[in-house]
Amino acid sequence: MTNSNEHTVIIGAGHNGLVCAAYLARAGKKVTVLEAAEHAGGAAITREFAPGFKVSAGAHLLFLLDKNIRKELSLESAGLSYSQTNMKTTALAEDGNHLQISGDALQGANISDKDRLAMKEYRRFMNRFAGVINRLNNRIPPRIATRNRSDWISLAKMALNIRLLGKDDMREFLRIAGINIYDVLQENFENPLLKGALSLDGVLGTNLGPRSNNSVFCALHRLSGLQGIAMPKGGMGTVSNALAQVAGKQGAIIRTSVTVSRILMDGDHVSGVELQGGEKIAAGTVISSADPKTTFLDLLGARNLEAGFVRRVRNIRMRGNSAKLHLALNSAPEFKGLNQNQLGDRLLIAPDMDYVERAFNQSKYGEYSIKPVAEIIIPSLHDTSLAPPGKHVLSAVVQYAPYELKADWSEKKAAFTDKLIDLLDAYAPGIHSKILHRELLTPVDIESEFRISGGHWHHGELAIDQFLMLRPVPHSAQYASPVNGLFLCGAGSHPGGGVMGSAGRNAANAVLGIKDVEGQNS
Amino acid sequence: MNQISSRDNVRAIDYSTKAHYLTKVFQSPFFSRQEPLNHLKEWGRWADYLSPHAYTCSAMEYFACRNACTVFDLTPMSKYRISGKDALPCLNRLVTREVSKIKPGRVGYCIWCNDEGQAIDDGTIFHLGKDDYRLCSQERHLDWLSTNTIGFDVRVTDETHEVAALALQGPTSCATLKKMGLDGVENMKIFDIRHFSFEGTQLLLSRTGFTGDLGYELWIDPQHAEVLWDRLFEAGHLHGITAMGDEALQMLRVEAGFIQCRHEFMPAHAAVRTGHTRSPFELGLGWLVDFNKPVFNGRKALLAQKKHGHRYNLVKLDIDGNKPARDSYVFTKSKKQIGTVTSATWSPSAKASIALATLETPHGKPGEELLVEIYYQKELKWSRVMARARVVKDVFYDPPRKRLTPPADF
Repeated sequence: MTNSNEHTVIIGAGHNGLVCAAYLARAGKKVTVLEAAEHAGGAAITREFAPGFKVSAGAHLLFLLDKNIRKELSLESAGLSYSQTNMKTTALAEDGNHLQISGDALQGANISDKDRLAMKEYRRFMNRFAGVINRLNNRIPPRIATRNRSDWISLAKMALNIRLLGKDDMREFLRIAGINIYDVLQENFENPLLKGALSLDGVLGTNLGPRSNNSVFCALHRLSGLQGIAMPKGGMGTVSNALAQVAGKQGAIIRTSVTVSRILMDGDHVSGVELQGGEKIAAGTVISSADPKTTFLDLLGARNLEAGFVRRVRNIRMRGNSAKLHLALNSAPEFKGLNQNQLGDRLLIAPDMDYVERAFNQSKYGEYSIKPVAEIIIPSLHDTSLAPPGKHVLSAVVQYAPYELKADWSEKKAAFTDKLIDLLDAYAPGIHSKILHRELLTPVDIESEFRISGGHWHHGELAIDQFLMLRPVPHSAQYASPVNGLFLCGAGSHPGGGVMGSAGRNAANAVLGIKDVEGQNS
Repeated sequence: MNQISSRDNVRAIDYSTKAHYLTKVFQSPFFSRQEPLNHLKEWGRWADYLSPHAYTCSAMEYFACRNACTVFDLTPMSKYRISGKDALPCLNRLVTREVSKIKPGRVGYCIWCNDEGQAIDDGTIFHLGKDDYRLCSQERHLDWLSTNTIGFDVRVTDETHEVAALALQGPTSCATLKKMGLDGVENMKIFDIRHFSFEGTQLLLSRTGFTGDLGYELWIDPQHAEVLWDRLFEAGHLHGITAMGDEALQMLRVEAGFIQCRHEFMPAHAAVRTGHTRSPFELGLGWLVDFNKPVFNGRKALLAQKKHGHRYNLVKLDIDGNKPARDSYVFTKSKKQIGTVTSATWSPSAKASIALATLETPHGKPGEELLVEIYYQKELKWSRVMARARVVKDVFYDPPRKRLTPPADF
């Protein structure tokens, strides 16, 4: 064996790439992480978007980060801390009669006692069901239709996991897991604002409306971290920096500003990567945290794969439909009817479910929403490092903004940004005049900045047919790809996106040949 | 006619605008010549075309092929033009064999599989020129070929309906073509391709066939189909030329030991039951699988199969008696059922009841003695015989003239 065979290259220093690097380096592997951007972090970064104003450019809230990773890699001692934990949610009403949601407690919006009770039951079963998903997150998915014993044991555990919900909850889980959140919320609640806000949990960051199937699944996936919503101190970049620090300490080399242009093959085995500019790096193992389409079709090339596999990869649903709005404000915005305390909440614009569904409708036909929905935070209220004194940063996930816009995004971006600011102005009158700088990342921008094919944050729609042993596609769902020596470790693999790290950790286990490491389930 | 295509580099023609769209059955461009010769007035179907079972008597047509020459209409066969800079790498990824060994002006037999290493179809690759190939097969494959173009600079054109084709097979076939004016045809070696000018168009000739005899296949644009037929029959008049249907062809190809899709194996894209498809190893075509190629469809699965063994062996059986063993079960001498007959016929040339059969491994070594259960009927009364059968190594009929160059003149 030559040295190069023992060398492992990881493509992309996003959080999953870094997690994978840290675990492999800890196990004694010689690991080099190659990152195209100037800094490690991928879509989990904090960056300046206007002089003195910093924002989490991709994901802006933390609710899925794997507790095992936090503990095993001692991320807290590597600098991870939070400016906010257990954030509350406030669903904004145009008339100022807002609804605050804190766990299963509801306040405002003339909420009925019936809804208050229903909310307790809704939280109970959704958390239980999210627990089922949580227990799937930290394991390598079993293969189906094999005779392998460990696959069968793993499948049996999954079944047992569901059965242990008990008869009634199991039935309910199986009934709702594949359906749409509109119907489920309609069955449970009266208040339109409450239903609108909860429906957003099923569609944020996806290409779904509340009436699309899989929206309940997405809501469960969001909850499957079984932790509250948190904001890392210093923005999402803190998470990546901590991971990079740990990986480095374990001996992994992280090279930035180097773009991998090609995965190299020697016969039927990977032999390394080629960088833009021609430098070749030999490696016996290549692990890609890039999305599966980029990895297989662009970096490896379809001609190095069998045709049926290529067809499956091409058919992965991964068209982004979310945009990210960043505003630099010269003072804190004033929302109608919102007290200073609530301003620091996670603010939602989703006044009712039909509003959300209508917003989605336009995107189906290649148009952006006339009345968009939004998840807004003002992180500088909790973290003064993000903006100059007295000034503030607003960060919002806005939908719907289809990747495949009929018109050109470069022509429509300004108009859509205006629309979004008009929308904010309806809730926070005068916000117009506070804006010092604005930035909108459409899915096309997300694709080019973070190198995600289709600009889909999760590297592929989160859906039952793209989860577990079907994520990203069969024959690469156990992190090993059909090509010898090539592995996946990004969000395109099980268990998917959100700043979670589980895909990176599971992939490291797959590379190391460690089966069925579940870690600790909360 | 409108072109329909799912991708820019894949072309097919929309035949829904043709007059026969109501029936969805095409008449061959040779139909006007076939129809008066078809005394039985029975037509079978081959894909979307009418194709005669037999014109007069399948036994007579069989003997015409082995003793003179016969014309069989090949037009319904699928024909795909695969061309462009990446035509060779694309074909090499598609099929299991090394395509670069098929030199320009040559034809090669091949088989192709899905990712699970199960046969989709077998056929022939014509290397027509630089970066220019034609793939011929029984089944339709535009969708699969279209998938196979992803990532390659290659264009796939469905030429099925744009190329009329005849097989001229039998000992006097070369003499007939010479008489028709194809100078130098006698110098063509088996699997050679040659172009001839013919009646103001180009006639493509290949020394190929499905009968195991001396023979050629003629490829021409459909506008010249009728004149080609007329000229052939004119030239072959004193050489015993005869139109032949599918029944005679079945006898001929089983004698020659050729497998056929939907007889010896179910095309993987049409099979819905797992385990009902076959790999190249299970069809006796392991010699067509070249693992030196780093990637081709099914490679990983076939490597595993090579390591762990395959499930079936395809064999040739020489069976006692004269009753064709169609659809029969095959047993060991101790009456253990181990397989089925896939094709069977009485072979007039070998004077034997012969068959191709699929046996469970490890059965099927040449010389193995087996039993075949044959049901037959006489005046509505069914009888059954357990006939003795032997696995044989060589094909049942393999005349030297098949390969001889130049062929004997008549």
